[in-house]
Amino acid sequence: MKLELRGITKRFGALTANDAISLTVEPGEIHALLGENGAGKSTLMNVLYGLYQADEGSILLDGVEQHFAGPGDAMRAGIGMVHQHFMLIPVFTVAENVMLGHEQTKAIGRLDLAAARARVREISDRFGFDVDPDARVEDLPVGVQQRVEIIKALSRDAKVLVFDEPTAVLTPQETDELIAIMRQLKAAGTSIVFITHKLREVRAVADRVTVIRLGKVVGEADPQSTNAELASLMVGRSVELTVQKEPAKPGDEALVVRNVSVLDPNGQKVVNNVSFEVRRGEILAIAGVQGNGQTEITEALLGLQPHVSGEILLDGKSLIGLPVRKVLDAGVGFVPEDRTEDGLVAEFTIAENLMLNRSTGEPFVKGGTLQLGYLNEFAEQKRKEFDIRTQSVQSHVGRLSGGNQQKVVLARELSRDLRLFVAAQPTRGLDVGSIEFVHTRIVQSRDAGIPVIVVSTELDEVVALADRIAVMYRGSIVGIVPGDTPRDVLGLMMAGEKPTEVAA
Amino acid sequence: MTAVAATRAPEPALEREAVRSWKVPIALAIFTLVALVLFVALGRDGTSTFRLSTEADAFRLPDLALPTRAGCIVLTVLMAAITAYSVVRSRAARKTPLWLIALFGVLFVVAFLTWASAGAAVPVPGLLVGTLGLSVPLIFGALGGVIGERVGVVNVAIEGQLLAGAFASAVVASVTRQPLIGLIGAMVAGMLVSFVLAAFAIKYLVDQVIVGVVLNVLVTGITSFFFSKVLTPNASVLNSPPKFSRIEIPVLSDIPIIGPALFRQTIIVYVMYVAVALVWFFLFKTRWGLRLRSVGEHPQAADTVGINVARTRFWNVSLAGAIAGFGGAYLTLGAVGSFNKEMTAGAGFIALAAVIFGRWDPLRATLAALLFGFAQNLQNVLSIIGSPVPSEFMLMLPYVVTIVAVAGLVGQSRAPAASGKPYIKS
Repeated sequence: MKLELRGITKRFGALTANDAISLTVEPGEIHALLGENGAGKSTLMNVLYGLYQADEGSILLDGVEQHFAGPGDAMRAGIGMVHQHFMLIPVFTVAENVMLGHEQTKAIGRLDLAAARARVREISDRFGFDVDPDARVEDLPVGVQQRVEIIKALSRDAKVLVFDEPTAVLTPQETDELIAIMRQLKAAGTSIVFITHKLREVRAVADRVTVIRLGKVVGEADPQSTNAELASLMVGRSVELTVQKEPAKPGDEALVVRNVSVLDPNGQKVVNNVSFEVRRGEILAIAGVQGNGQTEITEALLGLQPHVSGEILLDGKSLIGLPVRKVLDAGVGFVPEDRTEDGLVAEFTIAENLMLNRSTGEPFVKGGTLQLGYLNEFAEQKRKEFDIRTQSVQSHVGRLSGGNQQKVVLARELSRDLRLFVAAQPTRGLDVGSIEFVHTRIVQSRDAGIPVIVVSTELDEVVALADRIAVMYRGSIVGIVPGDTPRDVLGLMMAGEKPTEVAA
Repeated sequence: MTAVAATRAPEPALEREAVRSWKVPIALAIFTLVALVLFVALGRDGTSTFRLSTEADAFRLPDLALPTRAGCIVLTVLMAAITAYSVVRSRAARKTPLWLIALFGVLFVVAFLTWASAGAAVPVPGLLVGTLGLSVPLIFGALGGVIGERVGVVNVAIEGQLLAGAFASAVVASVTRQPLIGLIGAMVAGMLVSFVLAAFAIKYLVDQVIVGVVLNVLVTGITSFFFSKVLTPNASVLNSPPKFSRIEIPVLSDIPIIGPALFRQTIIVYVMYVAVALVWFFLFKTRWGLRLRSVGEHPQAADTVGINVARTRFWNVSLAGAIAGFGGAYLTLGAVGSFNKEMTAGAGFIALAAVIFGRWDPLRATLAALLFGFAQNLQNVLSIIGSPVPSEFMLMLPYVVTIVAVAGLVGQSRAPAASGKPYIKS
C-alpha cells in the first residue's frame, strides 16, 4: 500500500510540532524518518495513527484521502504501529493482547481464545517468531514483547507498519534480528516507516531517508551517506560525534564493590554477586540492556535498596547499610536515570532544586531558616557555569527542556565535594548539543581525579566515555573489558556471552 | 519464506533468594497469646453448647456440647502448634500456606465462641442466617467495587450507592406497592450516584477518591433530610414498602446447618448468587470483560486498539453503581422493611475493604464480604447469649477483622495497574 502524507501541520498551543510535513512511502519500501528527540517524529506518527487530528494537511492511502477519528479507523485502513513503549497489557496473555479490540466470540459473548491462539501461531510460524500464545506478556523478554506488538499489527492485516524507535530497548543482536524481520516484511510487500535517531540502523536498512528537524522536513538523504553527513542534517550544524578526552591517568582504588547482591521485594536476585573497583580519575561504564540490574546496583551504592549483601567500600569506609544522607555526606554524587521522577522536584524553582540535598546546614541553612540571599547568588553562579538556559533561577524546573533539567541535576551534584560520581543514563532523551555538554562535564570530573561510574544502555555513549567497561546481563557482570573493545564484542556480552579474553 | 530469527534457548529464571518475612508468625503469635490469656488464664468453667439445627429443620442434628475449659485448652494448643510451624517456615525463608492461616482463624473463632458461650448455647444456624443477611449488601457493594476498580475507577462511593438504593427502593416500593419496582428504583438511584462519580472522575479528571467521599457525604445528607422532613411525617405512604417474602427452595433448604442460611431467603439473595457468578463469568470469559480489564490495566494500550476508554469506564462505573444500589434495596425490602437514617452504617466501606481483601476478584471478594458479615453477626449473637465481653467492645469486631484482614493478609497483591488514575489522552 502506498502511503502519502501531504502538508501535515499539528500545533499544540503556540508550539508547532509538525509544520507542513510531506512524506511518501511506496509499497514494499522501508522509509526511515530521522530526527532528534523532540523533532516531531512521534507527533507525526500519532497523527497518522489517528491518535491526534492534524490541523492541516491530508493522509492518502493508495491515493484515497483518509479521515481517522481514532486508532480504530487507522487500523481498519491497514495501518499498524509498533510503539516505542509497547502497547501491551502486561497481565494478559499473548493471545489476549493480540485479540483485544477485534475479538472473535462464541455464543453469549464468550471469547474465542482458540481462534486467537491459532492466529498467533500462524503469524508467528510465518515469520519464525517462536512466540507462545499462552505466555503472559510481563514474563516475556522485551525482544519477544516487541514481536507480540508486530504480531498484533499483522493480525489486523496491516499494510503499512510504523516502527517507532523500535531498537531503543533491544540488544545489538536483537536489533539485527529485527532488521532481518523488517526486510522480510518488506519482501512480503509491507510498507514500513522506521522512526529512529540511530544513524547506523538507518544505513543498514532504509531505502529512503527523510530528515526532520524542529517539526519541519529538512531534506531527503541517501541512506549511504556517512554518519557525519546524516548527523549534521539532523542537528543543523556539524557536530562532534566523539568526545575529546585524554587517556585516563588512573590513581588509587577509590570504590571497591565486592560480591554485592541485591534482592527485590519478591526475593528475586536482581544483582547477583557483583564485584568491581573504580580508581580515581577513571570512568567505569556499566553497559547492558535496560533492566539487567544496572538500576539496582546504582541504587545500592546510594543506599536506596533495602536488601543488599556484600561489601561496598569508598576510600576504605563501608557504605552498606548507611542511610542515603550519610552516603551523600561521604561524597557520593548521583545523577538518577529518571531525572523528572527521581532527580528533580518539578514544582520547585531551579534555585530550590540546586540545594535539594544540602538542606542540613550551612551555608544554605542557618538556625533552621533558608539563606535565600546566598541561595540566589549560588544559583546565579551555577546558571552561568552550567549554561542553564532560563529566564530566571526562580523558574520552575518542570518548565525547562530535558537538556536544561539535566544541567540542573549535574550542577547540583558536581558543586559538592565529590569522592565518587555516579551518573545513570546521563543523556537519555537529550538533544545532541546537550549530550556534548554532559559528556564534557563527565570527562572533566574524571580529569579532576574523581572516580566516575557511568551507567548507560546506549552503546555509543559507553564507547565514547569509558576507560573500562563492565557489561551486565541478568544481574551479573559478564566481564570487565578495556574502553576500546570492539562494539560487536560488547554486543555479544550484552546478550550474556563471556568475552574470550577478559582483560583485567 | 524462511524463518529469520534464530530460536534461542529459553532464558533461565533469575535466581531467587526468599526474603524472610516475620509478619505471619508474629501475627499468629500475638493471637495465640491473646487466646492463652483470655481462654486459658481467664478461662471459664461450664459447658458450651452449639445448637446445630432449628425447630423447622427436617433433619435435626443433636446439639454439640463441649466442656468449656478443656475445649479452650485443646484449641489453644492447636493454635500454638500452627504458630510454631509458621516460625519454622519463616526461619527457612518460606511462606506459611494460606490455608493454614485460615485454619488458625477458624480455630480462634471456635475457641472464642466456646469461651464466650460457657453455660449457654450458640445457635449455629441462626449465626449463619444472620451472617448471610448482613453480607448481602456487602457482596453487592463489593461486586460494584470490583467492576469499578477493574475498569480503572476507584469506587469509594459504594456507601452512597447503597444508601441511595435503600432510600429509593423504600419510597418507590411504598408508592407503587410493588417491591419489584422498588428494586428497579434502587438500581436507578445507585446509577445516578455513579453518573456523578463517573462524570467528575472521567470527564473532569477530579481525584476519584475525593469525589467518592464527597458523594457519600452528599447522599447521607440528602437522604437524612428527606427522611426526617418528608418520609417520617408521611411514613404510611412513603416509608412502608411491602417486603419480599422468603422463598424456600425444596430439598436444598433441608440440608443441615447451611440449608436454612442459603436457601430460605428472599429473591434478592437468589439474584445475588446469580450476580456473583455472572460478574465473574463476564469479567474473565467475555469480550466485555477483556475490554473492561484492558482499560483498567493500560488505558493507552486499549485506546490504540480502538477501544473508547472514557465510554467503557463511564458505562461500567454506572453498572457498578446499579449493582451496589440493588444491594441497598436489600436493607429495606429484604431486611428491615423501612428506610432509616444512615442505615448502611459504613457497609460501603467494608465492601471496599472486601474488594481489596478479595484481590479484585468477584469470587474472593464475595468470600471476604461473608467473613466481614460473619464478624458483624458474631457481635449480635454474642450480645444475645450474654457474652462476658462488653457489647461496646464487641461492636469493634467487624472493623478489627477488616483491618487485620486487609493490612495483614493481603500483602503485596496487585491492583489493576490503572485503577484510580485518570486517562488523559495526550
